[in-house]
Amino acid sequence: MSHALVIDDLKKSFGPAEVIRGVNLRVEKGEVHAVIGPNGAGKSTFFNLVSGAFAPTSGEVRLHGQRIDGLAPEKIQQRGLARSFQVSNVFGNLSVFENLRCACFKQSAAGYTFWRPAGSVKRANRRAEEVLAMIGLAELRDSPAGALPYASQRALEIGMTIAGEADVVLLDEPTAGMSNTETTQAIELIRQVAEGRTLMIVEHDMGVVFELADRISVLVYGEIIATGTPEAIRNDPRVKEAYLGEEAA
Amino acid sequence: MSLRVSPWRALAPWLISLLVLLVIPMLVSGNGTFSIINLIAINIVFALSYNMLLGQGGMLSFGHAVFFGLGAYGAIHGMNLIGDAGYDGQGFWAHFPVYLLPLVGFATGALAALLVGWPFCRRAGTAFAMITLGLGELVAAGSQMFPTVFGGEAGVFSNRMVGPVWFGLELAQPADVYWFSAFWVLLAVFAMWAFTRTPLGRLSNAVRDNAERLQFIGYPPRNLRFLVFIAAGGFAGLGGGMAAVNYEIVTPESLGLLTSGLALLMAAVGGLGVFYGPIVGAILVTVMNSLLSDYTDASILYVGLVFLAVVMFAPSGLGGGIEQVRQAWRRGDLAAHLPGWLGGALAVVLIALGLVGTIELVYQLSHGRDKLAQVLGLQPDPSSPLVWLGVVALFAAGFGVARASKNYREARS
Ligand SMILES: Nc1ncnc2c1ncn2[C@@H]1O[C@H](COP(=O)(O)OP(=O)(O)OP(=O)(O)O)[C@@H](O)[C@H]1O
Ligand SMILES: [Mg+2]
Repeated sequence: MSHALVIDDLKKSFGPAEVIRGVNLRVEKGEVHAVIGPNGAGKSTFFNLVSGAFAPTSGEVRLHGQRIDGLAPEKIQQRGLARSFQVSNVFGNLSVFENLRCACFKQSAAGYTFWRPAGSVKRANRRAEEVLAMIGLAELRDSPAGALPYASQRALEIGMTIAGEADVVLLDEPTAGMSNTETTQAIELIRQVAEGRTLMIVEHDMGVVFELADRISVLVYGEIIATGTPEAIRNDPRVKEAYLGEEAA
Repeated sequence: MSLRVSPWRALAPWLISLLVLLVIPMLVSGNGTFSIINLIAINIVFALSYNMLLGQGGMLSFGHAVFFGLGAYGAIHGMNLIGDAGYDGQGFWAHFPVYLLPLVGFATGALAALLVGWPFCRRAGTAFAMITLGLGELVAAGSQMFPTVFGGEAGVFSNRMVGPVWFGLELAQPADVYWFSAFWVLLAVFAMWAFTRTPLGRLSNAVRDNAERLQFIGYPPRNLRFLVFIAAGGFAGLGGGMAAVNYEIVTPESLGLLTSGLALLMAAVGGLGVFYGPIVGAILVTVMNSLLSDYTDASILYVGLVFLAVVMFAPSGLGGGIEQVRQAWRRGDLAAHLPGWLGGALAVVLIALGLVGTIELVYQLSHGRDKLAQVLGLQPDPSSPLVWLGVVALFAAGFGVARASKNYREARS
């Protein structure tokens, strides 16, 4: 089995506080891998390390066999890894469509061009339209992203993440704060996103996790205490104790 | 809901602008008027180039005049080279028409930005503002050390009646320069507008809105800021080149903080968020500066007041206000909003008149009679309490209308 991501002994400290304390993880190509864990466990920090937002204190991250730890985010993006943010992080004054199109320029090798209109970059426009339809925001195409309702902004967040045709996608709590119907729609969207991609997803909603994930890793206090199929995780006594216990009780 | 604009709708503003530029010389006459119009053209290019940085790229610069001034110096030296080459008619400059000197300005400005810009563009925000402020002061002060290049206090002067003349386009009178200005302002505005529509232009908006996210869609913010910085420097230099041809003299003041401040003032008064905002701002500020200084010693104070009023009452600038009205009109609820907005505008005018009255009266007390009061046909006597009562009444009416229209607006929303 080939791995999309191989993470070895990854550590990150902020000053004296060690937040990620030696994470080892192998993410298989094409799988949906959920990362769960209590608040403050370090899930977002872990994503930040893998996606290049922070450089790790020590340890290695390999994407398709190549070292990416310590690279700048844009370098990692260019190698095919994209991530979404727990708190929506869009270009607030740009329209929904423009947000998506900007996220497509890199793969069309068009971003630094000033000698032709953006509308003439066929590949970026086609891809942006495609993603716009996929995330169901065609109606809001020309609205400024900053003025979108919450759930739409979350959908745009996912759209921007996948627009660049990355084959490894990290989603940080894509359904947080959504209503039930919105969550159902989001799950449908994430299922589409997962097609033909490797997906790592942080999620608090266990319903979502068990519905989507092929495998689950449990991150507690900066360490992964268990990795396995949903079935195995559900029955793992350590997990029950450390995390699910609170909910099961 | 996607609004596809028909090609005619898209072309209309350009055709109208062209028409206006063609009609202006039929309506106006006199060198003084043409001089003001030529200055407006220069300032439009300068203000728009400034807005490439601030409005579109999110970079607040206090040193933009450096590129305007260097462009002007580049062009005036070019003009001298053309003049010198005229004696033997040999070489590159002998064949370079003065008409094209703004291109030299563009190249100089862009090159200067290319040379100094990279370290500036690491961050936007306060760091960028401070560094550009430092650059402006440094270049303005440093220019005194190289009198051969910058001409010392007096500056460098030249003569535009040199070199080859294309299509009989002479540059003798301000009215001749008008066509030169009209040509370049239209070209530069179109180029800067087109820039906003390119991938680079769009990504410069993205770096303004959210530099962090930009990294995760594959672009280092610094690269984008740097490219925008170069482009803005180039267009500022183009404006400088227009100024060099227009005035036939360039002084170190054109590099300094006051000139940089003018760019910020024009762009902010006109509005940073709409493309044409800085055009409106450049026209208004230039006209105010040029006309008022003939009539009152307080002209700078008045321009400052306009700036304050815009920042306080219309933070998105005059362009932003126009845009708001336009959108309401499109939605079809202009009639509902208009009384509230007009009331607000009336309040601002009344308060402004009160302020003007106060300022003129104070000026009369301290400086003797100011000409503005005579122009308005008033002969106010600052020692009469009635006159002061009138001023107070203006303020009171202004605040009353402000309050009423605010209530009106709130009741509607
Ligand atoms: N930039 C930072 N500087 C200092 N401490 C940080 C930084 N980022 C995160 N931390 C700390 O690291 C710990 C883990 O935070 P993180 O956001 O990764 O948790 P999380 O698992 O994503 O939690 P949540 O479920 O609430 O999103 C927290 O204690 C947080 O305060
Ligand atoms: Mg988190």
